[in-house]
Amino acid sequence: MTASLALILAAAAMIGCGVYLVLERSLTRVMVGLLMLGNGVNVLFLVSGGAAGRAPIVGENGTEEMSDPLPQALVLTAIVISLATTAFVVAMAYRSWQLTGHDDVQDDVEDRAIRRLAATDAASDSFDLASGGGEEDLEMPEEEGQTA
Amino acid sequence: MTWLVPLPVVLPLLGAGLALVLGRRPGLQRVLSLVVLTAVVAVAAALVVRTDRHGPQVLWIGAWEEPLGISLVADRLSALMLLVSSVVALAVLVYSIGQGMTGGERDTPLTIYHPTFLVLSAGVSNAFLAGDLFNLFVSFEMLLFASYVLLTLGGTGARIRAGTIYVVVNVVSSSLFLISIAAVYAATGSLNLAQLAGRLDQVPEGLSLVLQLLLLTTFSIKAAVFPLSFWLPDSYPTAPAPVTAVFAGLLTKVGIYAIIRTQTLLFPDRPLTDLLLVASLLTLVVAIMGAVAQTDIKRMLSFTLVSHIGYMLFGIAIGSVTGYAGAVFYVAHHITIQTTLFLVLGLVERRGGSTSLLRLGGLARMAPVLGVLYFVPAMNLAGIPPMSGFLGKVALTDAGLEHGTVLSYVVVAAGMVTSLLTLYAVAKAWNLAFWRTPEEAHEMAVALIDHGRRVGSHEVVEHRDHLHIGGSTFGAVDRAEARRILDEDDGDNRDLHQLTEEGALPTRLPRTMVGATASLVVAGLALTVVAGPLFGYADRAATNLLDRDHYVEAVLPGGVR
Repeated sequence: MTASLALILAAAAMIGCGVYLVLERSLTRVMVGLLMLGNGVNVLFLVSGGAAGRAPIVGENGTEEMSDPLPQALVLTAIVISLATTAFVVAMAYRSWQLTGHDDVQDDVEDRAIRRLAATDAASDSFDLASGGGEEDLEMPEEEGQTA
Repeated sequence: MTWLVPLPVVLPLLGAGLALVLGRRPGLQRVLSLVVLTAVVAVAAALVVRTDRHGPQVLWIGAWEEPLGISLVADRLSALMLLVSSVVALAVLVYSIGQGMTGGERDTPLTIYHPTFLVLSAGVSNAFLAGDLFNLFVSFEMLLFASYVLLTLGGTGARIRAGTIYVVVNVVSSSLFLISIAAVYAATGSLNLAQLAGRLDQVPEGLSLVLQLLLLTTFSIKAAVFPLSFWLPDSYPTAPAPVTAVFAGLLTKVGIYAIIRTQTLLFPDRPLTDLLLVASLLTLVVAIMGAVAQTDIKRMLSFTLVSHIGYMLFGIAIGSVTGYAGAVFYVAHHITIQTTLFLVLGLVERRGGSTSLLRLGGLARMAPVLGVLYFVPAMNLAGIPPMSGFLGKVALTDAGLEHGTVLSYVVVAAGMVTSLLTLYAVAKAWNLAFWRTPEEAHEMAVALIDHGRRVGSHEVVEHRDHLHIGGSTFGAVDRAEARRILDEDDGDNRDLHQLTEEGALPTRLPRTMVGATASLVVAGLALTVVAGPLFGYADRAATNLLDRDHYVEAVLPGGVR
């Protein structure tokens, strides 16, 4: 099987950018990232189909010079699925904006709890519960929506 | 009788379409979904009998010439998975009808629940029947999409927050699955599982290892194997109770099923025993420690769910007939029990207003039936003899000892410790939520923010930033919650004691919900009664799994490879 280096590089670039964007905080950027990731993967399918050829229509072209139609059919399915995913993520980003005024991915509950514990630990040298002075230190501001 | 094979997929899909049309007639919608899922249970039962007597049932959709089309295959393993999952789905549907499927929120869109639930059920069935890798991907997408909708029902703040993480994790894992499919196709030129079985053997060693690891990573994200389990305990508990129940029962097990297929059918010569043993060890131990630390029963159970995935992975890692038989039995047991417990928690939330251990108390006296419904499956989960949880763990321990390496002994030991810690976690929930009185719970909350008091006979001991009361330890997070409970202005955070005094709680639980839960509790106990025949079946399924020619011959007779 021969593979096209240009397609592989294009797929690698798109998947790389996609992963970078998925790690962003804002859901809209995550959505763009997921789209790029999906398109990169679709290009990979073209690579897996082998060398490009003529349109795979029986009677029009000989079987030898046709390109492999199966990966193209698979890509079609994948495109439909990523369309639906994008629609859902956009709807969620919009709902999140309605509810909180931003579309940032919020912190995990456990993460927040651990950060509170860490904050109390940092103050442990002078921390004295019995005197009641440390009470306010336990409260961390809710850090939802901070851009990393 | 191969026409039976596509029915578990086709019926729910047709039902989903009809249910959408019937959106304005909720009564008819309910009857329709009930009829459809009952029919699926019947078909699955017929398939179990049929595959057990006559071997795998194969259907090539559209009657294409053999390696060309899409095949649906039901062998012993898929038939059993289908039966257990459809029974559980039916029970959850009855429960959600009893609940009115609003979970108390009036703004939940009622009309889409039934169609989505049916699509979820179709996706799960399709995953168990899929005979090729791409069809498996499509079924994953079906069930995931339904789960995205169910998880964010009503679009409240907490559900959107949980849904975001869930959707992003699953879309990334789907992309990974697509990458593995593209790689497998490039390497072999086929996606049919039976055809791949022969062709992957001729692929160079290094390349086939890469393909195997890609597939295993993808399925481990779905199955929530440590360290790919981080998304689960955070996203499941916020959904409505029946949704969490059906997710907990079915979705992770689809991942386990896919791992079993990958390991037995595609790469039988490379069991990767040590890698999987380490993964199962970490899953068991790390997740159960998470469970012990929780003060909310729903979150605690989400962690035990992850932890017990380790048991199934352990059986797969051993890779012997006993190992696979144990894993198959454990999957059947765990689907039933974990779903039951989440349904019970829905009842607890309804009766007690919360699932937080800081707010609950005295449920055993207030609602004795609820107490029994929690206690029996909880003990079953922890593996108290002679229940099915115990039998499954014994089978897996047997397999581990038979394997006889140091690592397998270590995992067997970790499995026993996990079993004990599960008992500790569910017993702690029992003591706090069911046994002590609501007044004691309230007193505890007061003591948490007002030092120097005694709770009953226990002294409150302060140690740096946390408090010890009796045998329990409370940290800053618990104290913050106690402060919220006792805050007079905050009407949304009341504990059971306050709510009872205000008379804000229903004193009766809907019969349909209790009935559905009770029938699943009984089904869990029935697994113990039929454990003998079931183990026999699991044993035969495992033997089939390890003899992959059995599968390949059934799908592609006459030497088409």
